[in-house]
Amino acid sequence: MIEVKVLGPGCKNCQTTHKLIADVTSENGIKITLEKVEDMAEIMSYGIMSTPGVIVDGKIAHAGGIPDKKTILSWFKSSCCPADDNCC
Amino acid sequence: MFNRLADFIVFEVSGLQADTSVAQSLHFFVMDITKIFFMLILVIYLMGLFRSFVSAEKVRNYVQGRKEWVARSLAILLGAVTPFCSCSSVPLFIGFVEAGIPLGVTFSFLIASPMINEIAVVMLFGIVGWKITALYIFSGMVVAFVGGIIIQKFKPERWVEDYVWKIRMGEAQTLEQDNSLQARHRYALTEVKTIVGRIWKWVILGVGAGALFHGYFPQEWASNLGDANNFLAVPMAVIMGVPLYSNAVGVIPLAEAMLLKGVAIGTTLAFMMSIAAISVPELVILRKVIKWQALALFTSIVTLSIILVGWFLNSIL
Repeated sequence: MIEVKVLGPGCKNCQTTHKLIADVTSENGIKITLEKVEDMAEIMSYGIMSTPGVIVDGKIAHAGGIPDKKTILSWFKSSCCPADDNCC
Repeated sequence: MFNRLADFIVFEVSGLQADTSVAQSLHFFVMDITKIFFMLILVIYLMGLFRSFVSAEKVRNYVQGRKEWVARSLAILLGAVTPFCSCSSVPLFIGFVEAGIPLGVTFSFLIASPMINEIAVVMLFGIVGWKITALYIFSGMVVAFVGGIIIQKFKPERWVEDYVWKIRMGEAQTLEQDNSLQARHRYALTEVKTIVGRIWKWVILGVGAGALFHGYFPQEWASNLGDANNFLAVPMAVIMGVPLYSNAVGVIPLAEAMLLKGVAIGTTLAFMMSIAAISVPELVILRKVIKWQALALFTSIVTLSIILVGWFLNSIL
């Protein structure tokens, strides 16, 4: 299970990002736990200043703006199906 | 190019007579819409590409530890080219404070960023031409520069919420990132899709209103309203503009109408700046990090600077 956190004080872009990640991962059968982080101190503890930020397994995957689907998929490269040619 | 396209659509395809006001309005509308969308897509794409190289975290590192006037100029320039959604202003604020960047410089950034943004600039350029656009950008920068300096004089540090000082920024590891040109291109394309998808209706509405004024605005009105340009016009426009909140797209047709009515350029630009620079939602969000005294100071100093710039522009133009 991959741990994904969406960092942001709850603006429109953060909600869109949250939903997009949920959609893309379920479409591709990637199992994750998705969490929204709205606490400022915790957001800053990752060193992120531009929201929405995305943390994948404790590492910064994205900061600022809405990520596109391909980018979202690229975060889970190593954990996706070995049958996929594009992967690994 | 856009003129010829509009000629073709209005006069040849729909067969309207060139001297009717319907045709004039339609011509203006088609020309403006095509021109503005073309420029919007181009500019948002280029800015997206640029932004994939310059993040807020990098901005902070550039500004940190510089001489104050250098830091301030950098902060304003970066504020102008990096629009952020208003909810980003809190993490930005904390990040700047934590880096030891003077609060006055942070305020300069916070003033410049919403006031000067690529969409406003494109719309202005498309509707009222490059001279007024350049003047708007320049005045915005002056307000941000001077406003930040004056705010600093009041030692606003005492009004920052206590918890802000205690936050320590961590530095988490970054996931391996795709830094290829392709990934940047994809990022920029997503920006174009999101932003244009969000504002296209407003652009059409705005340009439509502008086009109506263009064809149907009676000349006598202009001369009647010309004498509204007294000394009080600027502060009145600004005080009206401060509580109004609109995105840049909505303001510009209004500004165009004002200019057409013969309201002076300084008054019109001051009105636009006051709407863009200060908004209630932004103040509410900033309240999370600074006390109301600082908010009152921020609001009154920005208001005052905008009035001064408006007067100055009116006196030289």
